[in-house]
Amino acid sequence: MKNSNSSSFSRRAVLRQAAATGAGIGAASFGGLAPLGLMSPAWAENHPPIGTYPAGSSGPAVTIGAAVPRTGTYAVQGEDELKGMQLAVEHINSGHELIKKISPKTTKGVLGKEVKIVVADSAANPNNAVQAQQRFISENKVILMTGSTSSAVAVALNKLAQREHVMYVTGISGSNDTTGKDCVRYGFRQDFYGQTAAAALGPVLLKAFGKDKKAAYMTPDYTYGHTVTKSMDDYLSKNGGWKMVTNQISKLGSTDYSSFLTNIANSGAEFLINVNWGQDAVLSIQQAKQFGILPKMKLVVPYQIPFLAPGVGDQTLLEGVYAATDFWWTLEDKYPLAKMFVEAFEKKYNAKPEWGANNGYMSFALWADAVENAGNFYPPDIIKSYEAGRKLQSTVGEVYFRGADHQLVRPVVIVRGKSPGEMKNKEDFWTVTEVVPGEGLMQKPDEFGCNLGDYT
Amino acid sequence: MITWANFIAQLFNGLALGALLALISAGLTIIYGTLGVLNLAHGAMFMLGGYAGFVVFQLTGSFVLAVAGGSLFLVLVGGIIELVIIRHFYGRPPEDQLLVTFGLGIVIVELVRFGFGGLTRIVPPPGWALGVTQLGFLIYPTYRLVELGIAAVSLTLLYIVLYRTRLGMIVRAGIEDSVMVGMLGINVYRVFMVVFGIGAMAAGFAGIVNTPVVSLTPDVGESILVRAFVVIVIGGVGSFPGAVLGGLIAGEIYSLTSMIDPAYSDAMLFVAMTIVLLVRPQGLLGTRGRE
Repeated sequence: MKNSNSSSFSRRAVLRQAAATGAGIGAASFGGLAPLGLMSPAWAENHPPIGTYPAGSSGPAVTIGAAVPRTGTYAVQGEDELKGMQLAVEHINSGHELIKKISPKTTKGVLGKEVKIVVADSAANPNNAVQAQQRFISENKVILMTGSTSSAVAVALNKLAQREHVMYVTGISGSNDTTGKDCVRYGFRQDFYGQTAAAALGPVLLKAFGKDKKAAYMTPDYTYGHTVTKSMDDYLSKNGGWKMVTNQISKLGSTDYSSFLTNIANSGAEFLINVNWGQDAVLSIQQAKQFGILPKMKLVVPYQIPFLAPGVGDQTLLEGVYAATDFWWTLEDKYPLAKMFVEAFEKKYNAKPEWGANNGYMSFALWADAVENAGNFYPPDIIKSYEAGRKLQSTVGEVYFRGADHQLVRPVVIVRGKSPGEMKNKEDFWTVTEVVPGEGLMQKPDEFGCNLGDYT
Repeated sequence: MITWANFIAQLFNGLALGALLALISAGLTIIYGTLGVLNLAHGAMFMLGGYAGFVVFQLTGSFVLAVAGGSLFLVLVGGIIELVIIRHFYGRPPEDQLLVTFGLGIVIVELVRFGFGGLTRIVPPPGWALGVTQLGFLIYPTYRLVELGIAAVSLTLLYIVLYRTRLGMIVRAGIEDSVMVGMLGINVYRVFMVVFGIGAMAAGFAGIVNTPVVSLTPDVGESILVRAFVVIVIGGVGSFPGAVLGGLIAGEIYSLTSMIDPAYSDAMLFVAMTIVLLVRPQGLLGTRGRE
């Protein structure tokens, strides 16, 4: 840590020097590859080069680099997320009315420039994601990075963003750390996370099932799993006297859950709180049924998994199951922007969007708004534009970014699994029971140790 | 959570996992024992078996046909790989053999990814093996019991082939001294091809049989390969009974560690391997100087 700090300090020192003398600017920009001639003279006087600025925004188009999992445990969710991003890019470039509702200053493109997106498969692996983004930075001069679907990736890309001074908006990331102890000045998160999930879902569980229950947890062994499990257990034990009788920690991408489930079957738990995600969640739930644990125990999903229901393939296992989520398509009945989004998505992809797609779309739309309001592509200006905390319309009502930790303050949606008989169509798996306003759910900005770091 | 009920249940889990590992490792070990080639594409064979079974299941809807068809396909694939690639590496240094099988494994995995995509494929267990079985105070998924039975039967069949048939005798003789077997007028190469096919089939068969439990992705063979190596090192490289014993030991270590803390289960497997290597470098049932 110390080393990287000191090296970024020296980079800053060089930049400052370069700005002050007005010389050597090209050499100090990323990789020394940005020729002076490409800089837009109007901004060059005020803004020294930083990261991929100004090389990345000097042409007629700007590029976003996305590293999403297209293979492995989180592939299904990654693909959905990517669809949302691609739809957003299309809407930004055409000046679609939905984008204009979220980012009122948008006309066509971002500050008149066409937006392009380049995509790599991260397989939800931090190394792959960082490598891909580093390539995008040097080859494509991307001005924005995105993608995660694993908080381990989000945290790694946060650090890359801060080091390279290239902005990053997370894909799906549920760890408290992403905007907590691993938060950075260059990173922003749209979606909900362990703390807000627990604070929204906890009261619902206590109301529905009462106090003093015994719960078994299944936790994937990385930052997302540990923080979500801790937030859930903290809430339920403090406010409802629930007891964690066992916590079964497994590696991301585990396939055989027999040992874990055997422990749970013998733990005396009444509830199975499954924090596993993606294919891990599907397999652990299917196998819990094979072991006779479900539906005997009551299943709880604190951090909803897109396509969980079709993956599990047995709706009786999800009937009455409570989950916290970011978005569910039936919110179209409640929010006009959600209706526009679901319709546009269905028209393009012939399927309902899941919450990952909504997250991808909203992240890009909010970014477009931040850039339009900054009036230029200089990253510190865009960051300050985000931090201004403008109230904006979204697919789940009014939202705003919290300047102190770069977390979007947004509602958490509580859903309950429908019985097979209640389903009105083949994608009607969940019913929205509550939309909990975001403000009351969040911790104090510094409670999880967030220290954003410098602008330059 | 160390209770009797949990202990017995985990012993059972260990047995089920161990039988599966034994089957995969048996394939790996007879190939090494006979051909002297450490097949790093063995995990890919496990995965390929699963996909072959998946394709047959899609076409026929029959689990039994999926297992049979997938196994047959793997015998063919194994035979062809031996004929086209492995055969040209017998006389070359072990590094070359490791590299070529490692590369082969990557190619197969990526071809499957190219053909089937990275998304998970599912083969459901046969209808008669759905549900749970009550074993006294222990509830156990029926299909896992079936899987245990299938693995036990297959291992027995493999044992009979290796120890009670002429082919097996030649194979075992080939393990000891392939030059002498050749001098006795036996076509060693044909035997090698058959052995590679059988070894690949053992992995592929395990791959199909395991698919209803864990479902398929192109990467499914990776972690299995590592465990299979641990198993044959514990049991004795090149020894068929060693693979079976090693598999069962590994399965039990894995499950019983999981009972205390699942995070350490993989680590404990390597601890066991290290102890075996220190105390008995040739493995529990291995013989010295086979290589």
